[in-house]
Amino acid sequence: MKYISEFRSGKIAQVLARQIHAAVYPDRTYSFMEFCGGHTHAIFRYGLSDLLPSNIRMVHGPGCPVCVLPMGRIDDAVALAQRPEVILCSYGDTMRVPGTDRLSLLKVKAAGAAVKMIYSPSEVLTIARANPGRQVVFFAIGFETTTPATALLIRKAAQEGLVNLSVFCNHVLTPAAIQNILQSPEVRGLPRLQLDGFVGPAHVSTVIGSRPYEYFAREFQRPVVIAGFEPLDLLQAIMMLVRQCNERRAVVEVQFTRAVTREGNLKAQELVAEIFELRRTFEWRGLGMVPYSALRIKAPYASFDAERRFSVTTRSVFDNPACACGAILRGVKRPLDCKLFGTVCHPENPVGSCMVSAEGACAAYYTYGRFKDSPVGAAT
Amino acid sequence: MTTIRHASKPLDYTRGVIDLSHGSGGRAMAQLISELFAKEFANEFLAQGNDQAILPASAGRLALATDSFVVSPLFFPGGNIGELAVNGTVNDLAMGGARPLHLTASFIIEEGFPLADLRHIVIAMAHAASNAELSIVAGDTKVVERGKADGLFICTTGLGSVPAGCNLSGKAIRPGDQILLSGTIGDHGVAIMGCRANLGLSTQIISDTAALHGLVTVMIETGPSLRCMRDPTRGGLAVTLNELANQSGVGMLIYEDRIPIKEEVAAACEILGLDPLYVANEGKLIAICAPEDAPELLAAMRSHPRGQLATIIGEVCSDPRSFVRMQTAFGGTRVVDWLAGVQLPRIC
Repeated sequence: MKYISEFRSGKIAQVLARQIHAAVYPDRTYSFMEFCGGHTHAIFRYGLSDLLPSNIRMVHGPGCPVCVLPMGRIDDAVALAQRPEVILCSYGDTMRVPGTDRLSLLKVKAAGAAVKMIYSPSEVLTIARANPGRQVVFFAIGFETTTPATALLIRKAAQEGLVNLSVFCNHVLTPAAIQNILQSPEVRGLPRLQLDGFVGPAHVSTVIGSRPYEYFAREFQRPVVIAGFEPLDLLQAIMMLVRQCNERRAVVEVQFTRAVTREGNLKAQELVAEIFELRRTFEWRGLGMVPYSALRIKAPYASFDAERRFSVTTRSVFDNPACACGAILRGVKRPLDCKLFGTVCHPENPVGSCMVSAEGACAAYYTYGRFKDSPVGAAT
Repeated sequence: MTTIRHASKPLDYTRGVIDLSHGSGGRAMAQLISELFAKEFANEFLAQGNDQAILPASAGRLALATDSFVVSPLFFPGGNIGELAVNGTVNDLAMGGARPLHLTASFIIEEGFPLADLRHIVIAMAHAASNAELSIVAGDTKVVERGKADGLFICTTGLGSVPAGCNLSGKAIRPGDQILLSGTIGDHGVAIMGCRANLGLSTQIISDTAALHGLVTVMIETGPSLRCMRDPTRGGLAVTLNELANQSGVGMLIYEDRIPIKEEVAAACEILGLDPLYVANEGKLIAICAPEDAPELLAAMRSHPRGQLATIIGEVCSDPRSFVRMQTAFGGTRVVDWLAGVQLPRIC
């Protein structure tokens, strides 16, 4: 545990904050996108923005796998869970995401569907072995960090010849999403969104390495710093981005040197390549159809693909038109810009997915940050 | 209740299990009551053997509290559902300043439940009751078919007497008041979740289940500036503070670096993706008192074994929106909000 508390030291934070204050040019603004919802969560949870100069703006990106899942895929998972023969296994934070008619896995579970919350895909194996008469489906979501674990589940199921296990695959890719944002008209054509650099997610890069980002830095002339999820990691990454901006450099730097290499985890990459292949296109909430941005299960493992086993055909579902999740996920709007924020939409009754997951920008803002807009009297 | 012996053979605590006859009102039930419950809980009121316990009336005000216990697993590091069922209700009474006097206990048992486990739990309850200096004076037993209960549910109701002049209320909190916490947070919840998730940690995390009436007694002796007390059970410290802030229409500011938490609990919370502020406690209390008397109250708490790690974790401020805010150890400030739904682990 000492290993974590060291990265949360308030004293070192003050030193770093002073360095950042001294480094920024007062006559310009710095707008950095933290791609990953884990970073958004950390920024709010530790009150990081209180330590930053007022001309540094953090833009929250689409890196929350729960938030970017389109409603149609939630509907598919709900429909799978409602099949009497199915036991649907899901990570915790997908359980409350509302689909069409606000039906979530948690709601269909209450109505009698067999939905199990799991911590690790290995639990799915245990459940499948224990329930040979049922179809056990794993609702797999996540970026590159969680993909190898799903790949391992499929390989083990194949080795054991488990015929009652399948995976509803929703694994998505970070670089494709960043490229999509950088190519969006808001950033390129009509610059409504100033983006001076990216904080890249360390956990993703422990798997894919830092190399996939080199293309963006070069092509779009934006610095990328791959950062850990502890608050000091983030502060240091922001300092590194400020330096690159000031020096007009745009390269990939790794702040999280304790686990990220340029090449990443080759063993995990091989495993993923054995089981998965690129989808030609995949719908992201907020970003729309993004080419080559998601994975599907390869033909040799097709029998473990829940989409094929249950003939899942995803419908595109339109979000509530008043919900600004799409624009928030692209960094164009902030949670407070949404009319529904805090009124109709709050964590007990989320309209959009950004309010559901703890990593969503709206939930983080609502849970940790909304007092900043209200007058608070001093003691006595 | 009855103490008449009907059965030819004593209860089999090695291989015996509860069956539907133990709840049917017949001989099996009478045997279960007399050989287990009446024997372990023995006291003069239970010995009356009627459908009710007749208790002497006491002068002054009474406190009454009830609670149901459905914990899973039933046995966890540091205790079992039996201790929890006694201590939980004792603490509900104690938070009003009441000295616990009597308890009733209802058992809903699933068919097939091992008698050995039931005995273990009943003995734990008897110990907890004796520690809390109260008697279990009435009870009830129901047996439900297999699959209709998760092993065993217990409901306890407690009666206590409130000392004259003690007027604790969640509505009495004022800006400037100090917020005190009696010890480390998250121990119980993490002990339970650690069992469920089978974390296999090298250090075992033990539930903090304990009766707090003794600690409360030394606290209320410090005088009338103690505004209120509450035990942060479900929803943890965060939810309890929000309840109090709302009740009194005030805001609160707490300091993360003053909140005691065991290293292993913090580590387990990291692994499970939980925020310890929202994790349940079963042997801790929050006290709010006037600022001038906070040092004296803190000293009183620290003088008691259940309050050795007590600290002042923050203060009450005026805030029409009743926000509970926390200055993070990192140096920023954030809201400590109500829990939305249930705490769900994050995936990355």
